[in-house]
This record gives sequence, C-alpha cells and structure tokens, in this order.
Amino acid sequence: MFCKLFKSTVMIKKESTDAQLVSAYMNGNEQAISELITRHKQKIYSFIYSKVFDRDISEDIFQDTFIKVINTLKRGAYNEEGKFIPWVMRISHNLVIDHFRKNNRMPKFENNTDFNIFSVLHDGSLNAEKSMIKKQVEGDLKKIIQELPDDQKEVLLMRIYKEMSFKDISEKTGVSINTALGRMRYALINLRKVIDKHNIVLTN
Amino acid sequence: MQKMYSGISRSEHVNENLVPKEETIKFLLDYSKALSVINYNKLKFEALLN
Repeated sequence: MFCKLFKSTVMIKKESTDAQLVSAYMNGNEQAISELITRHKQKIYSFIYSKVFDRDISEDIFQDTFIKVINTLKRGAYNEEGKFIPWVMRISHNLVIDHFRKNNRMPKFENNTDFNIFSVLHDGSLNAEKSMIKKQVEGDLKKIIQELPDDQKEVLLMRIYKEMSFKDISEKTGVSINTALGRMRYALINLRKVIDKHNIVLTN
Repeated sequence: MQKMYSGISRSEHVNENLVPKEETIKFLLDYSKALSVINYNKLKFEALLN
C-alpha cells in the first residue's frame, strides 16, 4: 500500500502535466498543489519581484496569488483549458496592480544606504516646547518695544511688523527718510541697551 | 560621476534564482489542507479547519 502511494507521488512529480495536477487537486489530492507550487514558484515569484522590487511585498503577493488559486480550485470554479500558468500569472499581475494602486493613494518613501529622504526633507514646524518659547520671546520683545520713545517705536513697528519701506514710513510720519532711518537705528540701539541691562535672553 | 550613469538597470537586479521563502510555501500548503468547501443546495461554503 505504502509503495503504491509512493509510486503515485513520484509519478505526479515527474510526469504529470499541469492540467493533470489541477484535476488531481480538484479531486482532493493535496500533493498535487504542492507540486504545482514547487514547479512554478520561481517563475511566478520572479515575475512579481520584477514588478515590485521588494522581497517582502513579493512574498505577500505570491501568497495572495496562491490563496486565490487554492480557493478557486477548491470551489471547482476553474475551467481547465491547459492554461494554468497564464491564469496564475494573470492573478499575480492583477494583485501587483492592486498593490500599486493602494500605494499611489498612500505614497511611501523608502530609505536605502545611498539616499535618505529625510536628509532633504524635514519638518519645519516647531515642537510644542519651542513654539511656547517662541511665543514667550515675542511677548517679551513687544513689552520692551513699548518702553521705547514714541517716535522710535512708531518707525520700528512700521518697519518690522508692517514691513513698510522707509520711503512709505517717511511719507506716513511726515519726516525725511534719513530721519526715519535714524529713528530706526536709535530704536535698535535702545532695545539692545534694555536687553543687556536686564540680562534678557531672547533666543529660542 | 561615471557611477551615476553606469549603474545596473533595475531589470538586471532580478536574479533568476528568486524563490519565495519556505515558510510562505508551507503556509500555502497548510492553508490548502485546512480549507474545506462545503456544498449545500447549490451554495458553496468555505471552512478553515484546524
């Protein structure tokens, strides 16, 4: 009995066509699917890998391909017309397309040893601590500005916060450009003096 | 500079001996053994048995 079984297994491995193996599998011979997978795994896996270039993804797609094959064969929903391999390749091809569709919706950047995407791309926004410090610094600076003489404060606010040109400032305040420049200069000198005098740290 | 233009093309990276892992094959064979399709009144039910 054992010999007979052994012989039939050997026969399946060496001589059976894909069609015979498919038929045997549909009739309940589990050995047949093992032989089919062994026979075609390299071709199908290489095909998948040639499209996705990732070992892990190739494994997943290979596995999903044969799960579909097994399901279809077990349900008896497959019509054998001598086209087993083209059918399996078509399934894997469709799964590769599904994979790329999914990835296009959610692009993924992979780093390798030559190039790291984060070397050219970084998050410019401040973290919670730094944004709190920034707010504090800006608040402190505004308070110090309030201590400046009115004419200097006016020019500094127009120049720094409203980003006006000195020409516009001179027109708006009714003084010459040189006067506006001078007021700006004194405003900065006075700010530095106050900051130095009180040892205020205005850095983030 | 030469390296930038003389790299191996992606298609040449595909090794002829690429095969899936043994555990993937084993999973598929186990899955196949465990899967049972039950026919009932023209309906097909799939059941995974341990």
